[in-house]
Amino acid sequence: MEAPIRAREALGFILFSLLFSICRSSSLNHLLISNAERRIDLSSHIVKVYLTLKVENAGSTPTSEVLLSFPPTQADHLATVEALVTKGKRKKTTLVRLDVKATELPDAPNDAKYFTIYLANPLKSGESTTIEVLYLLTHSQEPFPAEIAQSESQLVYYRDSALILSPYHIKQQTTFIKTPSTKVESFTRVEPSNRAGTEIKYGPYEDHPPYSFSPILIHFENNSPFAVVEELVREVEISHWGNLQVTEQYTLVHAGARHKGVFSRVDYQSRPTLNGASSLRYLLARLPPRVHSVYYRDEIGNISSSHLRTDSRKSELEIEPRYPLFGGWKATFVIGYGLPLQDFLFETSDDRRYLNFTFGCPLLETVVDKLTVKVVLPEGSKDPSAVVPFPVEQHLETKYSYLDVVGRTVVVMEKKNLVPAHNSHFQVYYTFKPIFMLAEPLMLASAFFLFFVACVAYLHIDLSIRK
Amino acid sequence: MATMPASASDLLKSFKLKTKQQELLIRVSILCLVYILAFITRLFSVLRYESMIHEFDPYFNYRTTLYLTENGFYDFWNWFDYESWYPLGRIVGGTLYPGLMVTAVLIYRILRFLRFAVHIREVCVLTAPFFASNTTLVAYFFGKEIWDSGAGLVAAILIAVCPGYISRSVAGSYDNEGVAIFALLFTFYVFVKAVNTGSLAWSLASAFGYFYMVSAWGGYVFIINLIPLYVLVLLITGRYSMRLYVAYNCMYILGMLLAMQIRFVGFQHVQSGEHMAAMGVFFLMQVFYFLDWVKHMLSDTKLFQAFLRITVTSAVAVGGIALGLGMVSGYISPWTGRFYSLLDPTYAKDHIPIIASVSEHQPTAWSSFMFDFHILLFLFPAGLYFCFKRLSDATIFIVMYGLTSMYFAGVMVRLILVATPAVCLISAIAVSATVKNLTVLLRSKNKVVQTGSTKGSGGSKSSSKALLDQSQPFQKNGAIALLFGAFYLLSRYATHCTWVTSEAYSSPSIVLAARGAHGNRVIFDDYREAYFWLRQNTPQDAKVMSWWDYGYQITAMGNRTVIVDNNTWNNTHIATVGRAMSSYEDEAIEIIRSLDVDYVLVVFGGVTGYSSDDINKFLWMVRIGGGVFPVIKEPDYLVNGEYRVDKGAAPKMLNCLIYDRARGVEIGNKDVKLEHLEEAFTTSNWIVRIYRVKPPNNRW
Repeated sequence: MEAPIRAREALGFILFSLLFSICRSSSLNHLLISNAERRIDLSSHIVKVYLTLKVENAGSTPTSEVLLSFPPTQADHLATVEALVTKGKRKKTTLVRLDVKATELPDAPNDAKYFTIYLANPLKSGESTTIEVLYLLTHSQEPFPAEIAQSESQLVYYRDSALILSPYHIKQQTTFIKTPSTKVESFTRVEPSNRAGTEIKYGPYEDHPPYSFSPILIHFENNSPFAVVEELVREVEISHWGNLQVTEQYTLVHAGARHKGVFSRVDYQSRPTLNGASSLRYLLARLPPRVHSVYYRDEIGNISSSHLRTDSRKSELEIEPRYPLFGGWKATFVIGYGLPLQDFLFETSDDRRYLNFTFGCPLLETVVDKLTVKVVLPEGSKDPSAVVPFPVEQHLETKYSYLDVVGRTVVVMEKKNLVPAHNSHFQVYYTFKPIFMLAEPLMLASAFFLFFVACVAYLHIDLSIRK
Repeated sequence: MATMPASASDLLKSFKLKTKQQELLIRVSILCLVYILAFITRLFSVLRYESMIHEFDPYFNYRTTLYLTENGFYDFWNWFDYESWYPLGRIVGGTLYPGLMVTAVLIYRILRFLRFAVHIREVCVLTAPFFASNTTLVAYFFGKEIWDSGAGLVAAILIAVCPGYISRSVAGSYDNEGVAIFALLFTFYVFVKAVNTGSLAWSLASAFGYFYMVSAWGGYVFIINLIPLYVLVLLITGRYSMRLYVAYNCMYILGMLLAMQIRFVGFQHVQSGEHMAAMGVFFLMQVFYFLDWVKHMLSDTKLFQAFLRITVTSAVAVGGIALGLGMVSGYISPWTGRFYSLLDPTYAKDHIPIIASVSEHQPTAWSSFMFDFHILLFLFPAGLYFCFKRLSDATIFIVMYGLTSMYFAGVMVRLILVATPAVCLISAIAVSATVKNLTVLLRSKNKVVQTGSTKGSGGSKSSSKALLDQSQPFQKNGAIALLFGAFYLLSRYATHCTWVTSEAYSSPSIVLAARGAHGNRVIFDDYREAYFWLRQNTPQDAKVMSWWDYGYQITAMGNRTVIVDNNTWNNTHIATVGRAMSSYEDEAIEIIRSLDVDYVLVVFGGVTGYSSDDINKFLWMVRIGGGVFPVIKEPDYLVNGEYRVDKGAAPKMLNCLIYDRARGVEIGNKDVKLEHLEEAFTTSNWIVRIYRVKPPNNRW
């Protein structure tokens, strides 16, 4: 039903892109890609694409900007783009990260989206360099059939182009696609293409003009659970008494093929490999070392199925949802833990303090659709500012916790479409006077004092009217 | 504390504490310790499991409390709940006692105001222990009022750990009884105080206490019948006084008006047969007062006698006629079934199976008396003896309270709770009076050593020790032996109470724990697994059919609509479900479709050996179903009058729906094929199984 429509769309896309490739204004064509290799890893539900581009400056002027382009359907699911360049020769090679920024071009053909890579050293005329690009796609494998029974395995579609979409002329290109198992129902043939084991090879293709596109569709088995956190709220509360309390609220969903019909516990327990192969049985969260007081619960109480392993470098929390998650099933839960403050809070030279903490979701192999990180600063802190390595939406809130009078400042950061690669550190800077730490104990002490004074007064004062 | 030698008492003198102050200090610190003890002894379940709500009914209370915190009081009062009793719904605001929820929300608001960022669940979990602590204080003052402060202290200690009370007030047992026992005892205490002083203020306080009790628990009927009975007894025994007149009239009129403000109670105080005794006694009081006045005016005794006869006869006649007219015209409703079943324990079994089906409505076994009261059972008669020896208005009250509540406790297991405070108070009198008598005996011979120390019963323990090396007469030896015996018994009581609390009353019943093969603790969390699955993975408007026990939990934790729940107000509806459960699948599906059910939830203990599953409750489904639909006959499900679930089970039994559901892969009838239902979810230990109702086949 759906496939012909898709094919028609794709056909239209090719026509358009060809049209545009002819009449596009060419400030870009002085660069060309002499060799491109693309490796697409489909083994989990997060699609990892490694792109090796050998870029050559065929123009006359030096340039330091290289453009990457993505079709709009992919651009929506693009979680992260990284570019690296190798430096040094032979054995002493080191990888240097390059700046990548999303760019809008006014005459983008067919709404293609662009990213600009800024080279460290401008590429002079006639020179060439090799850039390694890694980008991750989420929600890019569509389950087909969309509903499966317990004993069936999960089959998915992956759509891409056999040719790399690029604003530059590509002399030679090859694409390798790695599937999770040898079970591939079908794949679009664009000669020369062949399949061996878990790998499908497209190419090599020679001399394709800019914006060449050739849609391919791969239908294969992927039984890895599609763990998607629809919404995650992480709250990091700083207490200057020495504790950092983290609370994470998850809304987890299995985004794979929907479960249909009977759920039979007999089959599920007796033949776990054949039954519910794609079900989500447990999750692994990687927490910082020296974690303490870990809890795992939901709206209706504690969930008893979790294990914590700690060593000096990391802590691993293995959690099982209350029930195995089949396609389309949901679970919400909360994980909370405490951490020693000295591992995460530091002082700058100008007497400010800053929290250094990881941004993303600690669960492995999980996509987060929407993440909200809230950093609750202690009462009385001022001038908060956050430094995050990627663009996020920010605003401030106020929260009232135990014995608060003026409330605590909360720095809220929001970001959509995250993958584990986003687990980098961010910093929140603020100023705080240690005297505020004494406010709450003093309040408690004075309350008790007043209570005793009231008791003494009550015992010594005669309130009766009668004499 | 008081076993200090002479040198220490010199030291004490330097602190300038007078004996009275010392006594106060000891009393206050004992009370504080008892207060804390009463709270922490109820925390076993929180420490062992987690801070969670227990059992079935508390989940409804928790859900309504949540609603109250989120939507405010007016919405709560007008709340029509679509999620229960589908398709009928339930007017929650008008069919519950709001006292508990309002109390919890009030505590929650106060804590929030003081900037304690607690969750409402924590408040709900700890409400019962908190009120239990308050009850110990009331028990102290009550004991002080009817006997002396020593008896008060002993009463506070006894009630703090008494298993009969702990059973309904452990942390997490967020039920009406938790606050109601406090309200009950408070009302009684303040009323006795009002009778003793004749003070309008105390009487007013008792009216408000009564109001709180009415708002909290249906057991207020006990107060409104016991107090008139008590007044009647005082009238008959010639103890009528102005104090009694003031106390009762003020309490009755104001209490009645206040109680009418509770929607669920409404005009019952003037319309229901259960409340008529109080009104009768009220009019009787007026007649008495009138007669008193006439007696005062008339000097002639003979004339007064004649007048008395005429007045009493006509008053009784007028009252009888009014009652008869009210009954006939239907203005005064007759007694309800629950009330009858209290007076006649066999009534429920014959007429209302739904009441009889609840295990806590069964007549009490002797063992559970022993279990819940332990030595108090023996101290109770002794205390009654002391009360009769020193008869006063207050002791008459406690004797009447003790005797009536003891009777009711014998009729219904759950009413042990009501008897507990009385038993504790009367036993405390026995303990206190005995110990006091014994120590007085010891002290009287040695006035030289112990001069004028009038410490409370707590202090009197000491003197026996200090006097051991004196020359002893036989009597003193006996007294010491008896004292030690008493302390031994009391310590056994404390041990027993701790053991019972820890072993029997501190499991949340929603989470089951067992010992694994290697002695490790295995937790079966299947109920919550199933409810959470319902909550997350079924359509928002899905209707779930289960036996009524699980109704409250499904709505509270699963957040889904149920057909019947633990508020058993509609017997027919429950019977319909019972009928569906006990019919052949083909017949059942008709009923299920007519009720628009999407999921059927059954509890199945076959794999884990969990005994209180739906098969065990099955006979009650049959009985309740049979009570309304004569199609269902109990003997069809029995073999030779026995209830069997194995291969020898009756043929009708083997084919009915519940059997399919609950014993799907078990003995008796294997390879069950279901035509209209399909398994939707089964929990990891197989305890809860949920079936989806298949849509009917398309007709062409």
